[in-house]
Amino acid sequence: MTRVRAWWHRSWRWLDDRIGFDAFTAVAKKKDVPVHRHTLWYYLGGMTLFLFVVQVTTGILLLFYYRPTAEQAYESVQFLMAEVEFGWLVRSIHSWSANLMIFALFIHMFSVLLLKAYRPPRELTWYTGVGLLGLAVTFGFTGYLLPWNELAYFATRVGTEIMGAVPLVGDFMLRLLRGGDDVTGATLTRFYAIHVAVLPLCAVFFLGLHLFLVQKQGMSVPLDVQQGGGSRGRMPFFPNFLLRDLVGWLVALAVLAALAAFFPAHLGEEADPFAPAPAGIKPEWYFMFMFQTLKYLPAHILGIEGEIVGILGFGLAGVFLLLIPVLDRRSARGERSPLFTWIGLVMILYVLLLTYLGYTADPAI
Amino acid sequence: MGRQRVGIAAFIWLVGLTGAAGGAQAQENNCVTCHSALGGRLAAPVEAFQRDIHAEKGFGCVACHGGDASIAGMGGMARELGFVGRPRGRQVLDVCGRCHSDADFMRRYNPSLRVDQVTEYATSVHGRRLLELGDTAVATCLSCHPAHNVRPPSDPLSSVHPVNVAATCAACHGDADHMKPYGIPTDQREKYERSVHWAALSEQGDLSAPTCNDCHGNHGATPPGISWVGNVCGQCHSVMADYYEESRHATTFTMLGVPGCATCHQNHEVTRPADDMLGLDEGAVCARCHAPGDRGGETALAMRSMIDSLQAAYHAADSLLGAAENHGMEVSQALFELGGANDALVTARAAVHSFDREIVGAEVTDGLEVAVRAFARGEDAMNELRFRRTGLAVSVVIILALIAGLLLKIREVDYRATVTET
Repeated sequence: MTRVRAWWHRSWRWLDDRIGFDAFTAVAKKKDVPVHRHTLWYYLGGMTLFLFVVQVTTGILLLFYYRPTAEQAYESVQFLMAEVEFGWLVRSIHSWSANLMIFALFIHMFSVLLLKAYRPPRELTWYTGVGLLGLAVTFGFTGYLLPWNELAYFATRVGTEIMGAVPLVGDFMLRLLRGGDDVTGATLTRFYAIHVAVLPLCAVFFLGLHLFLVQKQGMSVPLDVQQGGGSRGRMPFFPNFLLRDLVGWLVALAVLAALAAFFPAHLGEEADPFAPAPAGIKPEWYFMFMFQTLKYLPAHILGIEGEIVGILGFGLAGVFLLLIPVLDRRSARGERSPLFTWIGLVMILYVLLLTYLGYTADPAI
Repeated sequence: MGRQRVGIAAFIWLVGLTGAAGGAQAQENNCVTCHSALGGRLAAPVEAFQRDIHAEKGFGCVACHGGDASIAGMGGMARELGFVGRPRGRQVLDVCGRCHSDADFMRRYNPSLRVDQVTEYATSVHGRRLLELGDTAVATCLSCHPAHNVRPPSDPLSSVHPVNVAATCAACHGDADHMKPYGIPTDQREKYERSVHWAALSEQGDLSAPTCNDCHGNHGATPPGISWVGNVCGQCHSVMADYYEESRHATTFTMLGVPGCATCHQNHEVTRPADDMLGLDEGAVCARCHAPGDRGGETALAMRSMIDSLQAAYHAADSLLGAAENHGMEVSQALFELGGANDALVTARAAVHSFDREIVGAEVTDGLEVAVRAFARGEDAMNELRFRRTGLAVSVVIILALIAGLLLKIREVDYRATVTET
């Protein structure tokens, strides 16, 4: 036992001489987290990161079997689900974790928005976070097509059609995404390349920058806590906060395992471009509020096609969301900013309501 | 009535005078001019003919009725100008056949249309009665293709569109008075409309499903003979017909003078065949001739037992795989392969028409093998499901234990931090 311990110390010292763990341990010791009544929201970033790591791990495992061609994609996923040991588990966790990650990401973003954590000097953290949200939903959109099943095929057709309605660049975007006039094997290959190469590369860059900024600037303390008191001191990040993070991650892991066991990812029918579109095609839940909005818009608004107005509206809303740190001058000055609190609440209510209607309203409307 | 005829004659004479005075209008169709103005029964053909296929192809009244439409008034209807008035009986064949039996002429208008209708008609029971016995009550061209309203069979409003054929035939064959001299029953349409064929045609819109003319012929319509009906059913149900032709029943039924297919399946009222028809139970058609003790009865029972066993095996596998699928298991390949057992069931049911238990047995054995394999895959899937649930329970216990450990550790580090602070 003593010999093992001695060997371990020697190895550690050898590595420490070359890498310099002192710098890391110094940072870890220095890093702490404010403790107050909103501390719970700090865990959501870590939760999203954990689910992202699950996505990367299961995604790499799926790559061992997935074949990205229109002829083989469906069969390869079918083989994975039916024949490969634990293939069903890997794919089901990948599918569920994707949904939970985007859900955690949404809550993380709205908590940051309502707590005004985007205040200077954390504007860049907000921009990279919004960028990561955009990347996450693009991950979802591109990954949805990859099993090449009927629902995915027609949902992608509808999704890219909506993209095609964007003024000026719509047609170009449509052809660029589809690799032709319609959703074909060329689209599948493109989506695959985007999903497994382009997006991960962008995600690494944005995530790296985001984490670096969080590390550098520390956790933001909400204005009301800062000004009105309520701070219960600070908690060391290592190990106190990290251990709590671990509890959350283990709970997430248990939830993922239960979802995968009880509701494994479905495969459905293989895509058939010549078959009629199945009734009631719906996008993934995180696109539902936009999809439902487009359905409610009249055919023409002020002489412009309703769908185009809707797409432009969502584009503008996205730009507004990104520029909130610039627009919210009161928060930047350290003053209360009820207008942006209300804007945040209205956004949350709008997304919830339209998503609810998307799943419950008469599809004929 | 007589007064009305005088009025009509006076009207036509007046129109004739007007036509003679206005030479510039001599090229117009005077038949249409007069008949439109006359109204009622005499004007009806003018209105109806506008949608007639012949009018669409550019034919006018004189093409069938003769005469000269350029001459106004009664003069255009002179017998010496070939006016035939309303063709009746045998005359109808001559009028229609003048164009429809002329291949050169028909090629100009519809090259794909046959030109042997009149020849075929002459071989039909309708034709023979008309031509040999002078029976003018039988159907001629106009009975099925009503004058002035002839439309191609593809037109849903046509009297010879597949969906309308039964009603067209029943116009005579459903009329008890009309059929009385011939001693023919008049319930064919009623029976046909209860058949699986009519359901396919009218409910599923399958225009290839048989109606009257598909079995009885159209222009060469004849009553079904004993061997003839077997041939007719076999046009669509060829697999069953082939099995039947090789069977003992083909010889026996011919010997007994009863029709092949219709003896068990009926003729007009062909209902959806079911496994209940096979065997010796109540409602089974075999039981009409066979008893439990005879060889035929034993064969019927054996075939029924084999079909039932395959059906049960198929349903067991299908329901097990369905349950596995409902639980989210990936069994699409197994379900696809199970389709082979269903195919075997269909083939075995067709093979029943061989009335040979070995032939049926061979089909059933193939199907049973497929169904048993699929059932085994269903069991594997359900075992896998149980394994997953157990695995989940174990992993959740491990995770909960880890969480408990972490919570204890958190308590410890928090306590240590508090002690350090104080």
